[in-house]
Amino acid sequence: MIEFHLSARSGVSPYLQLVQQVRQALRLGRLDVGDQLPTVKDVVARLAINPNTVLKAYRELEREGLVAPRPGVGTFVTGLPAGETLTAHEPLRRELRDWIERSRAAGLDADALEALFAATIREVFPAASTSEARR
Amino acid sequence: MTGPVLTARGLGKRYGRRVALTGIDLDVPAGRITGLVGPNGAGKSTLLGLASGILAPTEGAITVLGARPGPAQLPRVGFVAQDTPLYAGLTVADHLRLGARLNPRFDTALATARITALGLDPRQRAGRLSGGQRAQLALAVAAAKRPELLLFDEPVAALDPLARRTFLSSLMEFVADLGVSVILSSHLIADLERVCDHLIVLANARVQVAGEVDDLLEQHVRIVGDRGDFGALPADAEVIQAEHGTRQSSMVVRAPGGVPGAERLGLEDLVLAYLGRATDRPLEVAR
Repeated sequence: MIEFHLSARSGVSPYLQLVQQVRQALRLGRLDVGDQLPTVKDVVARLAINPNTVLKAYRELEREGLVAPRPGVGTFVTGLPAGETLTAHEPLRRELRDWIERSRAAGLDADALEALFAATIREVFPAASTSEARR
Repeated sequence: MTGPVLTARGLGKRYGRRVALTGIDLDVPAGRITGLVGPNGAGKSTLLGLASGILAPTEGAITVLGARPGPAQLPRVGFVAQDTPLYAGLTVADHLRLGARLNPRFDTALATARITALGLDPRQRAGRLSGGQRAQLALAVAAAKRPELLLFDEPVAALDPLARRTFLSSLMEFVADLGVSVILSSHLIADLERVCDHLIVLANARVQVAGEVDDLLEQHVRIVGDRGDFGALPADAEVIQAEHGTRQSSMVVRAPGGVPGAERLGLEDLVLAYLGRATDRPLEVAR
């Protein structure tokens, strides 16, 4: 089962952090169709957050067709994010790994790489990151 | 319960000539966990005292769960005052028995389950509990009343970080189970950031800003620019606070329509901007 965590310094609202963690787990294959999400009460007790935050995140995932509640039982994964899962992109992962190795050989450390990666993503998807954060 | 849990119109309270609260207008919706934030002496305890019916207003009106606070409201409202007052000589079990005796709807099973889950010894005297355990016992007794509204005055101020987290996590479990509305005060926004979905910022006896946390976060941005030059602001933008450095200036702006390219603001920075503005604009003393 997925274990949620919250980062206070990310600037991303708690509800969106939960949504992103589920999407990411689905893409990475750590969650699959049929798996159960933790109950609202479990998440609330573990993270000491507002139950409404968890409900809002689960409703958003439901709206995206990724999960569905089964009354009295819990919330279950029913679909995968559009654009398949990342495991289907093994060749891309290998290329990225090669690129990271080359960058390291060129003297870039992990911080520099992450900054470069994030900046390039913003260049390619100018609207995506901000519109998502605003929602 | 769909109406607001608390409304205030022109609410004020004076202690002699000292103005503790003045001109308070509020609508706190049901089903929320509301954070009441402000520096010490801002009027937080006074507002909670008025909401619980312990204090009477000297101006304006306050409504809690649709009625004036008072004896008739007592079973519906749970109030834990500052420093979690308990009877030091009574045991944990005595507190539950007392709660059951004084409150017609008292849910002894709920309180007992909580006490057991926390590993508290029912025979322990309250005076010998740790700060965190006292807060937990006060919470269990208040929640077992099965109130519609829980009020807490600085519940975590005196607790260490672990006890804070444990207390808030217990409180959130009660909220998930009972669907109770909560108002809790703190002088530190960081304590409440994770749990609140509604916020009231109090300073200088007045409400500085209030609203749903998500709306507030969406409407406030930080704009950083060359000193004194910010370009054009949207027509609906209100500058909350401006800081001018030697080369750069930084402003916190409330703009319901958003400002393109502006930086998002965390809740703590948002609160600090309003508190900073309140400090620059002290209360004009009415006589």
